[in-house]
Amino acid sequence: MTATATSPEAGTPATGGTSRGTGGARRRLPRIPDRIRRGGLPYLLLLPAVLLELLIHIVPMVIGIVMSFRQLTQFFINNWGAAPWTGLDNYRIAVDFDAPIGEALLHSFLVTCVFTFFSVGFAWLLGTAAAILLQESFRGRGILRAVFLVPYALPVYAAVITWAFMFQRDNGLINHVLHDQLGITDEPSFWLIGDNSIYTLIIVSVWKGWPFAFLMLMAGLQNIPRELYEAASIDGAGIWQQIRRITLPSLRPVNQVLVLVLFLWTFNDFNTPYVLFGKSAPESADLISIHIYQSSFVTWNFGTGSAMSVLLLLFLLLVTAVYLFLTSRGRKGSDV
Amino acid sequence: MRHVRAASAVTLALAITAAATGCGGGSTGTGSNESPKTLTYWASNQGPSIEADKEILTPELKKFEKETGIKVKLEVVPWADLLNRILAATASGQGPDVLNIGNTWSASLQATGALLPWDEKSFEEIGGRDRFVDSAVASAGKEGEPPAAVPLYSLAYALYYNKKMFAEAGIEKPPATWDELVAAGQKISKGDKWGLGAEGGNLSNNIHQVFVLGQQHGADFFDQDGKATFTSDGAVAAVKQYVDFMAKDKIIAPGNAEYAQNQSLTDFAKGKTAMVLWQAAASTFAAQGMKPDEWGAAPVPVPSGTPGTGKQVNSMVAGINIAVFKNTKNLDGAKKFVKFMTSDAQQKHLNKTYGAIPPVKAAQADAAFGAPDLKVLRDTLATSAAPLPQVPNESQFETAVGTAVKELWADAAAGRPVTEESVRARLEKAQQTMQQ
Repeated sequence: MTATATSPEAGTPATGGTSRGTGGARRRLPRIPDRIRRGGLPYLLLLPAVLLELLIHIVPMVIGIVMSFRQLTQFFINNWGAAPWTGLDNYRIAVDFDAPIGEALLHSFLVTCVFTFFSVGFAWLLGTAAAILLQESFRGRGILRAVFLVPYALPVYAAVITWAFMFQRDNGLINHVLHDQLGITDEPSFWLIGDNSIYTLIIVSVWKGWPFAFLMLMAGLQNIPRELYEAASIDGAGIWQQIRRITLPSLRPVNQVLVLVLFLWTFNDFNTPYVLFGKSAPESADLISIHIYQSSFVTWNFGTGSAMSVLLLLFLLLVTAVYLFLTSRGRKGSDV
Repeated sequence: MRHVRAASAVTLALAITAAATGCGGGSTGTGSNESPKTLTYWASNQGPSIEADKEILTPELKKFEKETGIKVKLEVVPWADLLNRILAATASGQGPDVLNIGNTWSASLQATGALLPWDEKSFEEIGGRDRFVDSAVASAGKEGEPPAAVPLYSLAYALYYNKKMFAEAGIEKPPATWDELVAAGQKISKGDKWGLGAEGGNLSNNIHQVFVLGQQHGADFFDQDGKATFTSDGAVAAVKQYVDFMAKDKIIAPGNAEYAQNQSLTDFAKGKTAMVLWQAAASTFAAQGMKPDEWGAAPVPVPSGTPGTGKQVNSMVAGINIAVFKNTKNLDGAKKFVKFMTSDAQQKHLNKTYGAIPPVKAAQADAAFGAPDLKVLRDTLATSAAPLPQVPNESQFETAVGTAVKELWADAAAGRPVTEESVRARLEKAQQTMQQ
């Protein structure tokens, strides 16, 4: 534990190596046979984590998968082992895009793709811009950094419900500014129902997501040697060239992780739409997480809901795998 | 190394087996009397806050403990969590002994088989089925089956109106028919004053309103076999009539389309809207600073002007029921507790405190429920209220049709036409998402 804490780059095998090499460790662990100590110790140390992982993730996932093959409705939740086995029926219902349930799922999937693309895009742009701007030292930088992190630190529910108040048509701040004060809109607009809802969702999601990008990128920027910039500026490179040639390429490893994490979080986001719109979101903002929640817990079709969740999981796994494959290949290319 | 791999394989296998046996889930057994000295009670949040509920209920539970020696562990559950908590308890078999349920969920929860059925014998143990108002018992489960719960607090809809706004517009008496309501509303709807308030984003409220209008158009939303009939002419007409108050009659402010947090009551209390259709709103108005003599309550309009049964139904039977989890470890105690909560004395006290109407006939006669507004609610419950469809997929119905109405409000608010075709199309879509 201490070894890992002091040098994070030293993985578990290295820790095992250390204990094998020192006489002190041998004295402290007299009863463990050599064979296990040599090969098994790292695995033994991993065991608690594996067990917890099993309990927290794998077992519920397996249960979820089992449920997706059953016709699990309110008639069987009291004894859900007795729910009839339906094979792939739930999956067929979920992906039958000509029928209403499949059509609605496809619609919410497409809405989620659009939502994720813009949310992650803007959150990343804002985070990058803020991180770069706050690199230079100036008076009040510390305060600004702290302020920028506020959305990240606030409890999601409190923050999003405040947004919901601000977006109310008649009493909300947004319409007050847009309509009453600036006169940009002819009439007060609806933000929480109808077609505008998707904009509302993206705005709140970006507000909520960009401080994380900012935090990660700020940390990434600290690792870029100042000499690079000094050398570049001596060579006559302007600020844009420095960003393009030094900052962005150096941030590449951070960005690879950041974009993936933001994508996964945003695609699965449940809190934002649920607090903004309740259990039934407007059509234009019907995100897949809410849609699955509705299918499972509001209409009590746990089987179909599970099938939808499994499909979503497969999709996210696929995207992640492709993304990791592409980015790691790209990195090898740039290393050469 | 091989050992570790074997060990992890065994662990995995064990976990999966645990998961698989976990699939057995819950318990279908009936209750026992293994722990006769304690009970757990999940109360729904009835008062202004959870703390208020605890303050109201705790002394009563102490009374029960003194009478019977049974200690009741109270947990007040917020509405938003209650149904999911019940579902989780049902799935795991680890629930409370006694709990409150919204009466519109009765048939849905009855279908899970987790609640104790109240057959004649069980009813006898709490004084007999006849003690309760018929419509309230009808809202406690599917017709022809023993109810899944016992009525505890009853509520009904009334038309609340602002006396001053009515006087200013020269309207002498509250409207009794929808035509009169529209006419009154149009007299009042000028500038930033509006005739009627609505709660467009609240799915349950949408359902309550279109269900009543549906009854008046002779539509039930479900047929005899429990199959959805959302697109019947009567259902389409009912939904259109409701949304038309905004789209065509222009007596509801467009902003009401997104209301879901009782904002329509705030507007009413502030004198922005002259009428609302609501259940037991007196305490809310008082909390918003409106004096009791500033508003009046009248029966919800019906086509003929005289509420009654069938097409003259003017409210759903709203209310809270008390149920017993079938696998309770204290069956006798649970029944005793239900008897206590539905006793005349408790009924009078609790319903008075919560501003509801007792579903127990004897308690209804109390003078406390004779105030003009409560008398309207009481008469409505007794003579002209109907329970929502008692079908297992009632919960789906609320979401599917409630959402369809919500989307239609959004159309109306945005100035898009609301036609018979557009209403039918939305309802058609809602019906198709109903899985049997």
